[in-house]
Order: sequence, then C-alpha cells, then structure tokens
Amino acid sequence: MSSLTMPFEKALELFEPVMGFEVHVELNTATKMFSWAPNEYGDEPNTNVTPLCLGLPGTLPVVNKQAVTSSIRLGLALGCHIAESCRFARKHYFYPDLPKAYQISQFDEPIASEGHVEIELETGEVFQIPIERAHMEEDAGKLTHLGGSGRIQGATASLVDYNRAGVPLVEIVTKPIEGTGALAPQVAREYVSTIRDMVKALGISDARMDQGSIRCDANISLRPRGATKLGTRTETKNINSLKSVERAIRYEIQRQAAILAAGGSIMQETRNWHEDSGRTTAGRPKSDADDYRYMPEPDLVPILTSRERVAELAQTVPESPVLRRRRLKQEWGFTELEFRDVVNGGLVDVVEHTVEAGASPAAARKWWTGEITRVANERGVEVETLQVTPADVAGLEALIEAGTITDRIARQVLAGVLDGEGTPQQVVDARQLAVVSDDSALLEAIDSALSSQPDVLAKIQSGKVQAAGAIIGAVMKAMHGQADAKRVRELILERASQS
Amino acid sequence: MSEDLIRLTAAELADHLASGEVSSVEATQASLDRIHAVDGEVHAFLHVADKAALATAAEVDRRRAAGEELPSLAGVPIAVKDVMTTKDMPTTSGSKILEGWVPPYDATVVEHLRNHDMVLLGKTNMDEFAMGSSTEYSAYGPTHNPWDLDRIPGGSGGGSAAAVAAFEAPLATGSDTGGSIRFPAHVTGTVGVKPTYGQVSRWGAIALASSLDQMGPVARTVLDTALLHDVIKGHDPKDSTSINREWPSFADAVRQADLSGVRVGVIRQLTGEGFQAGVRARFNEAVTLLTKAGADVVEVDCPHIGSAVAAYYLILPAEASSNLARFDGVRYGRRVMPETGPETVENMMAATREAGFGPEVKRRIILGTYALSAGYYDQFYGQAQKVRTLIQRDFDAAFSQVDVLVSPTGPTTAFKLGAKVNDPLAMYLNDVATIPANLAGIPGMSVPMGRADEDGLPVGLQVLAPAMHDERLYTVAAVVERELTAAWGKPLLGFAPELKEASK
Amino acid sequence: MSDITRDEVAHLAELARIDLSDAEISSLTDQLGQILQAVAQVNEVATPDVPATSHPIPLTNVFREDIPGETLTTEQVFGGAPDVEEHMFRVPSILGDAPATKQGE
Ligand SMILES: [Mg+2]
Ligand SMILES: [Zn+2]
Repeated sequence: MSSLTMPFEKALELFEPVMGFEVHVELNTATKMFSWAPNEYGDEPNTNVTPLCLGLPGTLPVVNKQAVTSSIRLGLALGCHIAESCRFARKHYFYPDLPKAYQISQFDEPIASEGHVEIELETGEVFQIPIERAHMEEDAGKLTHLGGSGRIQGATASLVDYNRAGVPLVEIVTKPIEGTGALAPQVAREYVSTIRDMVKALGISDARMDQGSIRCDANISLRPRGATKLGTRTETKNINSLKSVERAIRYEIQRQAAILAAGGSIMQETRNWHEDSGRTTAGRPKSDADDYRYMPEPDLVPILTSRERVAELAQTVPESPVLRRRRLKQEWGFTELEFRDVVNGGLVDVVEHTVEAGASPAAARKWWTGEITRVANERGVEVETLQVTPADVAGLEALIEAGTITDRIARQVLAGVLDGEGTPQQVVDARQLAVVSDDSALLEAIDSALSSQPDVLAKIQSGKVQAAGAIIGAVMKAMHGQADAKRVRELILERASQS
Repeated sequence: MSEDLIRLTAAELADHLASGEVSSVEATQASLDRIHAVDGEVHAFLHVADKAALATAAEVDRRRAAGEELPSLAGVPIAVKDVMTTKDMPTTSGSKILEGWVPPYDATVVEHLRNHDMVLLGKTNMDEFAMGSSTEYSAYGPTHNPWDLDRIPGGSGGGSAAAVAAFEAPLATGSDTGGSIRFPAHVTGTVGVKPTYGQVSRWGAIALASSLDQMGPVARTVLDTALLHDVIKGHDPKDSTSINREWPSFADAVRQADLSGVRVGVIRQLTGEGFQAGVRARFNEAVTLLTKAGADVVEVDCPHIGSAVAAYYLILPAEASSNLARFDGVRYGRRVMPETGPETVENMMAATREAGFGPEVKRRIILGTYALSAGYYDQFYGQAQKVRTLIQRDFDAAFSQVDVLVSPTGPTTAFKLGAKVNDPLAMYLNDVATIPANLAGIPGMSVPMGRADEDGLPVGLQVLAPAMHDERLYTVAAVVERELTAAWGKPLLGFAPELKEASK
Repeated sequence: MSDITRDEVAHLAELARIDLSDAEISSLTDQLGQILQAVAQVNEVATPDVPATSHPIPLTNVFREDIPGETLTTEQVFGGAPDVEEHMFRVPSILGDAPATKQGE
C-alpha cells in the first residue's frame, strides 16, 4: 500500500497540501561553531578535530564570533527579528556521530525569529514564505557504512569521521505554508533555491547542496479540501538537490493522497528520499522516544545583540534574491525563458561575473547554459566544480569577437580550459588553434576546390552565389576548421569573378 | 630528614627549596616514600608517578642551581584529583568506564601547576565522577580517613584530603560541586576552598554539574591553601564561564589577616538540630573566638537554605546525566558488547554504560533524566532553578548586612565506612551546609575548628563570602587558625594518630 | 505527588542508554521514589514570578575569534579508541536513524 500513488492532479482535486521546511545551512567560517578546529570540507578523516570535537571529558565550548555575525546577517536577510538576548540549549540523543551525545542548539531563545522570504515562480507568481525562526547549532560527524549496499540498512559496521562534528549550522524553520495547491512542488523548489541564493549572496556558506552545505527536510501533510484541521505530516530527509525537492514533495503528495483516499491514515514519521527510485521510504517513527531533554547549555552564556549592532549588520545584507533577479533580468534583456534557464541552473552569479568581465549578457548566457552545462551534466558534476571561470568565458568570447577563433574552434578552446590547460588564450597558443588568416594558404585550398568542382564554379559565375557553400565546406574541411568562413567566402567570390 | 620534610607546610618547603637547604628531589622522594609506606592503608592515590615526579624535581633543581628565577612553589610536590585531565597520567574520574585512559590534553589547572614548576606526584581517589560525600563510590575502592582508617575521608575529594592529612603531599587539587573540597577538609582536619564560580578554569575538569563545579585548593594550612589558590586562579578563554578580571593575592590576605571590624553572620538555618553535639560545641567556641578577635558577630537568616539540598539533587543529576552521556564506548574509554541480543551500536552503548558506571552514577543519571524529561522539566529542573534564585537572594540579603557568613562545614564527624553507602538520602544530607554556596556561586572554605568531644574526630568551620570576595575567606580563616593553633599548642593534625608505615 | 513506576524507570534507562538489570530497575524504583518525594519540596517554595537561575555568575557575550588552532594528531585522536579502521572510529551496525537533521549517509 505504501508504494501506491495517486495521479498528482487527482490528489490536488481532493486534498490541499500544507508544507513546512527545515533548511540547514553550513556556515563557511574558518573554524567550527564552538571549537578552534578548522572548518574544512573533504579533508582526511578525523584530522580537523580538537579534544572538544571528540567530546572528550573536560572539554568546554566557546562561541565562534564570526558564526554569530553570519547568523544575524542571515536572520536579517530572512526578514527576521534579531533577539536582544538569546542562548544555547542542549538537545540530547545517542548516536555515534554525535560526540557529546547532545547537540548544542537553540531551543526556546533562538537568535532570529518571525520573518518571511519572498519567492517568485517561473510563471511569475509570487509567494511569501513565513519564517518561524532561524537558530544556531552544530553539525554532527559523518558516517560511512560498511557491508550491505553502503546504506545503514544491512551494514555490518560503520565508521565515524568527526571532521564535520561541530561545523556551524543555521537551521531555518518555516511556519506551515498553505494555499500553494498544485504549485506546492515548485514553491518548495523555489524556496530552497532562494535560500541558496541568499546565503551565497551573503557569502556565509558554500551553499553546495551536493556537498551537504545546504540540506532540506520537507514536512508535508494533506487535508481534505475545505477542511481546516491540519493532517498528519511526514518529514522527508536526504534531499540533495533542488530538483529532488520538487520531486520529493510531488511524490509525498501522491503517496499520502493514495493512502488517505483509501481510508488509511498517515504515520507521523521521517521518510528518506531516494534519488534513484524517486520515492520515499519509511524512516524513524516519531514517538515519545523523541524526548530530547532540552536544557539551557550551562557551559555557555547568553548572547546579547544591541540594536546598534543589528543596524550595522543590516547595512551588509545584499538585496533579496527575488529583487536581484528582477533587476538582472531587466538589465540583461533576457526573455522569461532565457532568464529561467540561468536561474534554474544556479548560474546567476557566474553570468553576472562574466558580464562584469566584459562579455555580452547573451554570450555569457549562451556559454554557461549551453556548452558548459552540457559538459557538467556529462561529467555528472555541478557547474561550479568545473575548471572554468567567468573570466575564462569572457576571454573566450573576446577571442571570437577579435576573429582569432571561430565559434566552432571556441568549443575546442573551452574543452582545453576545462581540461586544465589554462586560460583560453593559453589553450589557443598551445594547441595552435588561431584562425588561419594567411590568404595564400586559403587561396591554395580554394583553387584546389574550385578546380575539382568546375560545375560549382560555373554556377557561381552565373550568379548562383549560394552555390559557394559547397566550396566553403570543402575549404573548411581542408583547413581542419581553422579558418574564418566569412573570409573564405569573400575569397571564393573574388576568385570566381577573376577566372 | 625524610620524616621532617613531609611534615613541612608548602610555604616552609618552598622557603627551604629557595634557600637551597632542601632539593626538590629530596622533597619529592620523601613524599613518594611516604606514599609507598602508608597509601596501602589510606588509598588516597589511584596513580603515583614516581619517575615523572622525580624527573620534574631534578629539572627544577637543575634550573635553580643554574640560577634561574623560579615561581614560589617551584619544586613543591602536589597531588592532583583524578577529575582533572593530565597528558602523562591516566585520568579516570574514579570510574571504570575511563580505566587506563590517558587524555591528549592537560586541564588548565594542571597547566598552571606545570607552569609554576610544581611536581605532580600522582592522581587522587574520588567518588566516581565526583558523585558522593565519602569516596566510597570510587570504582577503585574507598579512601580511608587517616584519623581512623575505618572511617570515611569525606567526598568526593577524599583522596586529596586524605593525601594531605596523611602527609603524603603538602598540597592537592580538588573540585567542589556541592562540598567535595570542603566536606573532606571538615572530616580530615585539613583546609579546602571552593572559589567563586568562574575564578578557576573548568577546562579539563571532567564535568559533574557544569553550573556548580568549581576547582579549588586543598592543603593543611590556610597559607598553603592561599598559595595554591593564587597559582590556579585566573581567566581562561577556553572556559566561557571563566571570569575575566584581576584577583588580589590570597596569600597576602592571609599574611595581613585582621578581624577587627569584620562583620560575621551566623546562618541561623545551619545551626542546631541536625548537627552533632560535638560539631555544635566547637562551632559555638569558634564564634566566640571570632568575637574576641574583633569581629562583629550577628545571626542572619537564609530562609530558603532548607530547600537547597532538594534543588541541588535535581540540578546536579540533570546536568550530570547530560555531561555523562558522552561515555558511549565509541571514541574513548571502555566498550562492552551486549551479552545477549544483536550486536548493534545501540546495544553496545547500553551495555557499555551498564558495565562502566557504578550504582550511584546510574542512580543520578536516571534521576537527572527524569528531571529533564518532557513533562517533568518545569516541575523539577525548572523549579529547582527558581529555588536557586531564592537562595541567591537570601545570600544577597545576608551579605548586605555582613561581610562573611559562618556555619559548621558538615553536620557530623567522619562516619564509619559503609554506614550510609546504601542510603542515598542520608548520604545526600552530609552536604546540607556546603551545597548553598555552589547553588549561589559564592566562595566557601572549611578550616579546622577542633575535635568533637564524643569521638575525638576533627570538625571544620565553614566560611562563606560574597562572589568575587574570596580574600575574605582567608582573612577569617587565618585568624581562626592562628588563634586555635596557639591554644592547642600545635596544628590540629598533630593530634591525629600516627599511621603505621608498611615498608620503609 | 512523585510516585515513579517500574515502567517509568525502565523507560528512563532506555533514554539514558543504560541496560539496567531487572534487579537494578526494582531497587532504583524504590530509591527514586524516596528521593523524588524529598526533592519535590522545590515546588512548595518558588512561586511562578521567580525567575530561573541557570548560571550562578551572570556573564554575557563570551566569544572566540574565528582563528584555527592546533588540532590533535592521529595518535592523540585514536589513542583511547576502542576500535579503529581507516582512520575512523569503528562501531557495530546501527539499528536506527538519527533523530537530528543531517546529510543522508
Ligand atoms: Mg530540526
Ligand atoms: Zn537542526
């Protein structure tokens, strides 16, 4: 029964979805939340650890000032009230990746509360997402499961790396989001996308969903149309991409609708999203075992934030992602669809930087959403991990405009850049890809082509200029593409009129 | 010579070391000899670091011979309570769950001792995770009171108190969460101070109850206590609750002690019923002595002190249940696999904690888990914290009238080993006089005030001062010690029976 | 007011991850009952208007600069470890999911 789903449209006819999100943002501070250990992703296991990161007895936490500053700025960007006084609490549970068997978090006094985030869908529809709170906490370590499929189920043992333990997090919690109807999956995706853009613009996080520096838990419940009482909700975890946010919400709506329509009831539980199958499976049931025994953290003292400090930090908060997008769309003169491609690809920043580096908006868009995205997809990585910078793309475009390379050659140059061969100019030099501008070499190839196709020459001479295409093709082939087709055409016509 | 060396106070020994009359190696060897001679019976130590101690001593001697200017306590031996982490010695906090664990870092207090070139003799016994008033809850067996080996030395720092009382070390460190420095001082005829909360760093002190724990000095005399206190106090950026300010010299406070005009309050709620007759008698004499020495003594009320024990036995277990959750068999310490059932990490943790913790630790963890659990928090932990506010207000009101407060340190003299070990409620009441200071964060001291008539065992006078005014403890205690020692003709420990030395 | 049952003690032992024996649960049920009766008096003294004190000495805004410091060596990290593999701490298989939010492993 749990794998049954109802067609999406039908589900929406019967039910109204209510969503809620907990988004965790890892801050890109130099050190961890409460320890002087470096906050670095991808290092050798258990190298970025201090006695505190291992939860050794006798160790004590001290708050990272920069993490608090970042949290306040994020709170302001979320339109939240910044607490005059806030404090930390201990949240207790046993798990091997949690070194102290409690997470230092915030409970009754979060640093930021009561905000809202404006989002705009592809269709131009605007939603206000109500924010309940944003609080500071620390991350847990990372588990690797041995045996079985690499998943926790069926594993024979697990290995723990505490490099991530204690990395600063801000957890952003929404209020229930109602009234989205069939747009719920898009709203979900757009919300997470907006948070991602926001933290990127603030410069406070690497904002990499694939690396877990942004993580989204999605709560969803259904209630019959017209009803006011909220239904039982599930909390879906393991969502690792924007696309998955949308798919997971859609799937949960369909799954829950099928159960409810069949007279069943929804279990309050966590569910795990599976990218491969596009489904969620049951995780841990919520029960009274969820007794976290919160208590004020006695090893830390309250944080007071003056109104002057809030005002000062408010100055450093960039324009909201929605406003920025509206502005850039207009400045760049893109169509709705073109701009959407850029946004959905997470390419707003790189396109902006490419334009700043001198390329035209159209060219910047073309390269980033086109060839570069294609290569990224082919390699199964995020665009930003590729070895190409906005300056490279602008440089590439400049070479084309200067006639040094052709559009076609430019693709080869880009491939060289992506393979780490250097800047576009360096690739052109090293691979000798510059367009052959020596007319004599071209004339030699043209003469050879014309003499082997006298019928075409005759056509051209009789005024059928378009017949020149065949000669151009032959010449370009002979030149291995390293010629400016426009110049070749000019020379062909010149030659034809002379003979 | 060895016999004389161990009986020197730390201050005297420091003078002898400075003048070159005695070497640190000699003094250290004397302490080690004494430990090997008597500790089989006393069991004050869990670990003795003969080699390392002698090496440190030799290095101090070498540097002194080379003409280096050394800190005042350089070369003086000291025993460290096993609650404090030491890089070169096992640290167990009296628990089997940490048996053999050598931490990769030093507690800040230990760092201070090393920076002052003191000689670390070893680690002293304690109730498991400092939970207890008798040191009987140590997983490694009890410590015996040097005054009567059949009796408890107090707890949780019974090892440190017994070590100085048995002349195994002139100085020791302690931790005081509800009286763990002061109660042992009271029953062993020694001196101990719980400083203002936040004056001594807790970094590297294995936490019992974070908001109550405070490290402090243990010694045989008031001056020695002050000298050690001066070494370990001070701001530590690694402890967020550490107070960042300058402190006066406590040794100076001892040397300049004068009680004239000092206002002393006797806490009405900590006299009379519940206190052994011999304790009351000595306390009344001490009050008379204070008056004679020029103090203005009045009675003051702390009406909420009667609820301190109740509040304490909610706050402490709650914080302890949290602090001790980390002992899960994953990263360090003992790991025990379940005897039955699947070998999952969950079962491993539960089996480890079942096997690794003693009965009193389990009792308090379960109690604390209850006090914090959903539905009970407001009724227990939250309510206890309100009582804490009321007790602080009591002290604020009292200290608006007087400079210091006094009471007996404990309700009885040392009881027999085993007498209360299965009666937790009776055990908890030993701390009735000491607990309020921990709840309020104020400094407190126990200084010998004589021996009870009924059993000839030592009893201590507790002195309490407002937060940040630890120097007042020393002013009062110095005068009490001076006057009483003069009256007795020798220090109180001079009345303790000689310990049988095993092999020399 | 504070009667505690065997089942409650057993549940608390689960929360505290201690595999108590039946005998321990029984004796703890008795002892905790007595202790709770004694400590319940905290409810009789403090009125709702009294604020809670969580720190005896009130301090605020204690921070650390965001500057990396010394980390532990491999020997120090694993010096006390019960089981190690590939520079990680090895644990037996895990039965349940973690309650807290984290990246899927
Ligand atoms: Mg959460
Ligand atoms: Zn969280």
